[in-house]
Amino acid sequence: MENLIFEKSQPGRKGYQLPALDVPSIDPAGVLPKASLRQHLAELPEMSELDVVRHYTRLSQLNFSIDTHFYPLGSCTMKYNPKVNETIANFTGFKAVHPLQPASTVQGFLQVYYELERMLAEICGMAEFTLQPSAGAHGELAGLLIARAYHKYKGNPRKTVIVPDSAHGTNPASAMIAGYHVVTVKSDAKGAIDLAALKAALNQDTAVFMLTNPSTLGLFETHVKEIAKMVHDVGALLYLDGANMNALVGLVRPGDLGFDIMHLNLHKTFSTPHGGGGPAAGPVGVSQALTPFLPVPRVRKTEQGYSLEETSPLSIGKMRAFNGNSLILLRAYIYIRCLGREGVRKNTEIAILNANYLRVKLRDYYQLAIDEPCMHECIFTAAKQKPKGVRTLDIAKRLLDYGYHPPTIYFPLIVEEAMMIEPTETESKQTLDQFIEAMRLIAQEAERDPEKLKHAPYTTPVRRLDEVKAAREPNLRWKPSDKPIVSPVDPARR
Amino acid sequence: MTNAGDGSAPFSCIISNTMDFTPHTEAERKEMLADIGVSSFKELVKNLPIMEEDLKIPSGLSEGEMVRLGHELGSKNQAAPRLSSYLGAGAYEHFSPAAVSALMSRGEFLTSYTPYQPEVSQGTLQTLYEFQSMICDLTAMDVTNTGMYEGASALAEAVLLALRETGRKKVLIPRSLHPDYKTVLSTYTSESGTQLIEIPFKDGQLDLGFVAKNLTSEVAAVVIQNPNFFGIVEPAEAIAPLAQAASALYIASVNPISLGLLTPPGEYGADIAVGEGQSLGIAPGFGGPYLGLFACKTKWLRKMPGRLVGQTVDVDGRRAFVLTLQAREQHIRREKATSNVCTTTALIAAGSTFYMSLLGKQGLRDLAYQNLAKARYAFDQLTQIPGVRAAFKAPIFNEFVLQTTTPVETLQQRLLECGVVAGLPIKKWYPELENASLWCVTETKTKADIDFLVKTLRGVL
Repeated sequence: MENLIFEKSQPGRKGYQLPALDVPSIDPAGVLPKASLRQHLAELPEMSELDVVRHYTRLSQLNFSIDTHFYPLGSCTMKYNPKVNETIANFTGFKAVHPLQPASTVQGFLQVYYELERMLAEICGMAEFTLQPSAGAHGELAGLLIARAYHKYKGNPRKTVIVPDSAHGTNPASAMIAGYHVVTVKSDAKGAIDLAALKAALNQDTAVFMLTNPSTLGLFETHVKEIAKMVHDVGALLYLDGANMNALVGLVRPGDLGFDIMHLNLHKTFSTPHGGGGPAAGPVGVSQALTPFLPVPRVRKTEQGYSLEETSPLSIGKMRAFNGNSLILLRAYIYIRCLGREGVRKNTEIAILNANYLRVKLRDYYQLAIDEPCMHECIFTAAKQKPKGVRTLDIAKRLLDYGYHPPTIYFPLIVEEAMMIEPTETESKQTLDQFIEAMRLIAQEAERDPEKLKHAPYTTPVRRLDEVKAAREPNLRWKPSDKPIVSPVDPARR
Repeated sequence: MTNAGDGSAPFSCIISNTMDFTPHTEAERKEMLADIGVSSFKELVKNLPIMEEDLKIPSGLSEGEMVRLGHELGSKNQAAPRLSSYLGAGAYEHFSPAAVSALMSRGEFLTSYTPYQPEVSQGTLQTLYEFQSMICDLTAMDVTNTGMYEGASALAEAVLLALRETGRKKVLIPRSLHPDYKTVLSTYTSESGTQLIEIPFKDGQLDLGFVAKNLTSEVAAVVIQNPNFFGIVEPAEAIAPLAQAASALYIASVNPISLGLLTPPGEYGADIAVGEGQSLGIAPGFGGPYLGLFACKTKWLRKMPGRLVGQTVDVDGRRAFVLTLQAREQHIRREKATSNVCTTTALIAAGSTFYMSLLGKQGLRDLAYQNLAKARYAFDQLTQIPGVRAAFKAPIFNEFVLQTTTPVETLQQRLLECGVVAGLPIKKWYPELENASLWCVTETKTKADIDFLVKTLRGVL
């Protein structure tokens, strides 16, 4: 492990020089009240530029990432993030633009917004998109506030949002903030919607039914048109959690299936880098009837060029300051333009091919949650390893020793000891075959030497962590009074 | 392209000449289909209602064609250094050392997921722990999360916390709060029966008399922005006793660069400090991605939204870092979570950490000082022009409001012809301030730039 940057700090050292002050110097105490002046400097580290570059470069090397490792994290769509997206997003003509510049000076960006909205609307079969939400959960909240505004406009905001028990945790959490009560409906044995349970839950108080399709079990919801009819019959709206859109692009359009609202995760399906936990973007698409409620500003195309429409009488308002995560939206725009209509469809087909290949190649070693063709991800369990006392967590940790990021584990909640594997389309057959071999060896180890798995990993920068200690005795920051740990060993030799 | 999926063409799309990130050869695809036990892709997805027509989006591009298109689109935007911009209002132009973007571009930071597997995520985790430490010290608060989407929604989350914890329905917000932040607050709280009460301003500063009178036991929180939307430094220390007396939360939205020089919110008694972290070395980027800051007193630790990194040890006793106190979060608590946030903005938090490390202890203070000195110089020079006057006399940091005899839109157009982006017209939010505009001057402007602005403005008035 690497020492903390604060432990490397040397008083008086600097990593950056300001230009000489070329305006008259002033005494801050002369222009600001005494109570407003900071008395002690913040304890930021004092480092040379090389100190900082080396410290964080070494830290970066402690991470697994798509650029360095296969990362089959289910529901997260960890596909390759093309470098050309980064190159263009770093052009000064995009990076240095202030969000409040006059429209005449930002025509390029407004064109990207306009065209990206149109392309996403076409891909999803929705009437219009807003690009404002900053992430998937932010998009969910926007979508539910749009639904609420729509119902209110029709006379009654209604009371409940229905979510399946297989849903992402953000669904119920977003519904609460939008002022709704959450009703959970059970899924059937295959993780599909139990139509009878849904019918029993739907009534005149239902505002929205939130559906993930393909489901979090990686299966397409075949009754979706029937579900849409049931939802619409009680005057409610059907929402698509688009987290799994990588299985549908170019093949199926949610709008054609009867969805009224949906969000996309551009950092999943449209390959903007995940950054260790964001930034992201969660555009929201709606059917024609809901377009008046979209957040402002809206990008409009006129004969004089593109402009931003700041107000709209029925709009829910704004989800964030300014326009949106523009540099992320730009990367998604580039990605779609590079691939084009043929490429986006091919991606989906290969994503489904790769997932099914893993499904059939791994099912001899691990129990499939549901043994039928999957979409872009497949779910296994540790049922076969359980008699030896080996859990999903142990398999995941052992994978680290083989150099693979584990699948998503213990999700969906309705599958016991779940391992959700999403290879994505950008991984080669060779990578998948190597991963299959690692998984085979781990299954063998579980039989022959289960103890070995229970203490894995062995080869990572640190081993299993004491998470109980972290939560019981929260240490969430370094303090100047903390005693420095000075290691005589070059930390690169870990 | 066809949608055929018969045996002779197992896949619908064979692509050439455009970008393609799928590595499979035709032979491999066929082999894999055979291993799966189907003869075509269509057979694999036979339950799927596949659309008949092609999507109506453009065909793909080669990388060279895409870069050329990128240059074309980028050149339709005008930006610094081609333009000399005096816009601020919540997004700021600061110089960011090359090492910041170089480190942010490292694939290990850029292309990793949220650090759910700590054994192979210590890079992200330790960086975010260092981020939390730096923001705590900068704000003088006890705890900081790993970042929210951006400043306005961070403020909204702070207000939601206050509403939840007090069970009260009223919130005092300044009329001088950033208008977008006000709108976002209203969007977030519109469905909970919350009443947002505006605190008027007097000479640009909070009307303390109004606060004293209206900060009652029905109020969940009092919000300030410091410096406020007009760039004015608020009498922030006067609020805490009033908030305490009413058992209301005190929420301060701050600009982190200003904290190089100004009293941090923890020292004037704020319960929660939020802010826009973009000014910490992050590009303006037409509005995002940015960095919401969220710091609070220990009292609110288990009620706060967002992710937290904690220090612990591994089984061999080595210091290590891990996401902790996750019982607050949506993936555990679902509808009972403290917030719905999931993915936020870790890479931007990392970028700001690199920036703060390069600046260092004295560097941040010097930077804040230069912002103050240059803004004061510009303010003094501009207000000497006939037809230009200061809207307020209260102390400023790096922004100020001017009122002009000529409508701002006219000035904006004329200055733009000279390569200068004028201050932001604020009439639509503040009709009481005739022909008012908000100007920002940071360390990126030289004396020559400012003198040119003064000369040009004098000429167009």
